[in-house]
Amino acid sequence: MALVEPTPDGRFGEFGGRYVPETLVPACQELEEAFREAWADDGFRTELHVLLRDYGGRPSPLTECHRLGEELGGVRMLLKREDLNHTGSHKINNVLGQALLAKRMGKTRLVAETGAGQHGVATATAAALFGMSCMVYMGEVDMTRQELNVFRMRLLGAEVTPAVSGSRTLKDAVNEAMRDWVATVGDTAYCLGSVMGPHPYPWMVREFHRVIGDEARAQCEALLGAGEVPDVVTACVGGGSNAMGIFSGFADSSAELVGVEPAGGAAVGRGVPGVVHGMKSYLMQDEWGQVQEAQSISAGLDYPGVGPEHSFLASIGRARYEQVSDAEVIEAFQLLSRTEGIIPALEPAHALAWVSRDREALAGRTVLLNLSGRGDKDVAQMMEILG
Amino acid sequence: MTAALTDSATGVAGVAPAPSEPGVLETALRAARADGRKLLIPYVTGGLGTDWVETVRAVAEAGADAIEIGIPFSDPVMDGPVIQEASEKALRAGATPQSVLDQLRNSDAGVPLAVMTYYNIAFHMGHERFAAALGDAGVAAAILPDLPLEESGEWAVAADAAGIETVMLAAPTAPDERLPRVCARARGFVYAVGLLGVTGERDALASSATIIARRIKDVTDKPVLIGVGISNAAQAVEACQVADGVVIGSSVVRRMLAGEGPLGVAAYVAEVRAALDAS
Repeated sequence: MALVEPTPDGRFGEFGGRYVPETLVPACQELEEAFREAWADDGFRTELHVLLRDYGGRPSPLTECHRLGEELGGVRMLLKREDLNHTGSHKINNVLGQALLAKRMGKTRLVAETGAGQHGVATATAAALFGMSCMVYMGEVDMTRQELNVFRMRLLGAEVTPAVSGSRTLKDAVNEAMRDWVATVGDTAYCLGSVMGPHPYPWMVREFHRVIGDEARAQCEALLGAGEVPDVVTACVGGGSNAMGIFSGFADSSAELVGVEPAGGAAVGRGVPGVVHGMKSYLMQDEWGQVQEAQSISAGLDYPGVGPEHSFLASIGRARYEQVSDAEVIEAFQLLSRTEGIIPALEPAHALAWVSRDREALAGRTVLLNLSGRGDKDVAQMMEILG
Repeated sequence: MTAALTDSATGVAGVAPAPSEPGVLETALRAARADGRKLLIPYVTGGLGTDWVETVRAVAEAGADAIEIGIPFSDPVMDGPVIQEASEKALRAGATPQSVLDQLRNSDAGVPLAVMTYYNIAFHMGHERFAAALGDAGVAAAILPDLPLEESGEWAVAADAAGIETVMLAAPTAPDERLPRVCARARGFVYAVGLLGVTGERDALASSATIIARRIKDVTDKPVLIGVGISNAAQAVEACQVADGVVIGSSVVRRMLAGEGPLGVAAYVAEVRAALDAS
């Protein structure tokens, strides 16, 4: 099955929708219309393609990791190198798309939420590039553990406001960004950082990231032979944007799709359907429907929900979702650094942690892993953990 | 949802218009309006402090026409700092939808009650069960600010069947063609969102408040109350030059958080009541 457009009411199966305050309904409708029109416009596509190439550094390479593969006991490991993009992660694909769309819609200000800071940095970067003002909301807890990215965003000219309510992490940053947008919807575009939120975001953000999967599909064919695909395609899942990006290139193939969630933020693995942040999706919540706080070593995956299309893919069995512990992630972080000279972000280290744990079952198979970001931002935190 | 359920009044497949017979809340508000009275609905966070039910009774005696009871939710995206803080405090103190409703059942407030909460609370409990729980607690209406017209179909079927009135919000951003469709689904009253933004007190009444109230009144004869940003008696009076009434939330809850107690909060509500009656 190829991934398709959601239904007119923004659903993938039963998931998705547009559960927003009435104030934002017209804005979401306007955004959907603008995106639909821009995405069908060759001029817009070309402009974005050129930006991604000349500014973003695309296409990102596919790297075969021989030493890692040997260390894992004979898994053929391919990495899609989103860590080599400008700003250090896949987030730039979506942000350049949304910023270009915002400009086309006549918006002059971008507002964003950020967890680890990668989406915030990417949004601040796009705002600088397009001469727009930029406000990033970030959980107070995350501002401490990702201090460097806070400085980066400010250097890029963005304002960073701490989210001080609730768990003071990504979930609360989304709340603050939505509250900002409710008040500023006239001149402001909400540059949402994952395949989540109200329709059209889950669809639009997936479309902006499908370049990852399309490139990887062609690169795998060049490496493995015409018509060949990897046995397994894997990526980490918080909201799930990098995973949707790479899955979109392989959903219609025989490749097994595996999303990897942190055990402390496993919406698919441990959640039940719920509604928050504009969407119906799997959600970690208590017996009354209060949203639970996620607990993960990785600020970027510290989120109790997940994009609705992941919930859909899980419900129909097209993708499966695994959970890994913080300890397994720390191991994987070191493993890739040591064997390949690539320091991964803690987020994609989750996907590698699963491969490493399941290495026996994966022996002799080809695994494509989306290396969604580089680890520079995590080095200080890891220095503390590893002493 | 099937096309057969499409109703031209709401313009959304699966969203039938509200039953034409007014419910308890709408009947009460219409009667008060017919008497020339400006409508006043204070908001009280359920489960905030040990005396919140007393506050509900005191506020009713102070001249409220109905009372909005907030069932605290973990992620209140339409609420500003005051109601966020109140929600967090109530949740930390162990408030649940059931505990709030259980306490309300015996509140004997003497005016209609409307629950304000977020959709996941209803969705998680199940639409029918939540609607029945509201009815069982003597609640007349529900306000779900993150459940817009397009998503309201399944909830509205259950609410209508249980006799629970679903209040709809109408915002300044709505194009003209949208307002009559929202009003067609509204029961109890139409909640005019006074400004672009979340709940909270402001120095002055936003000019958008009376503009949206006027636009709504032009398309419906249901009671129209302005909420979000009504911060004191003077602003309530100004809003009621166009609207049928006001909802006051943060200015009430701020006094609860400050420990003013049922009497202090009621004194404030009485002050707003007196100003409206004198206007």
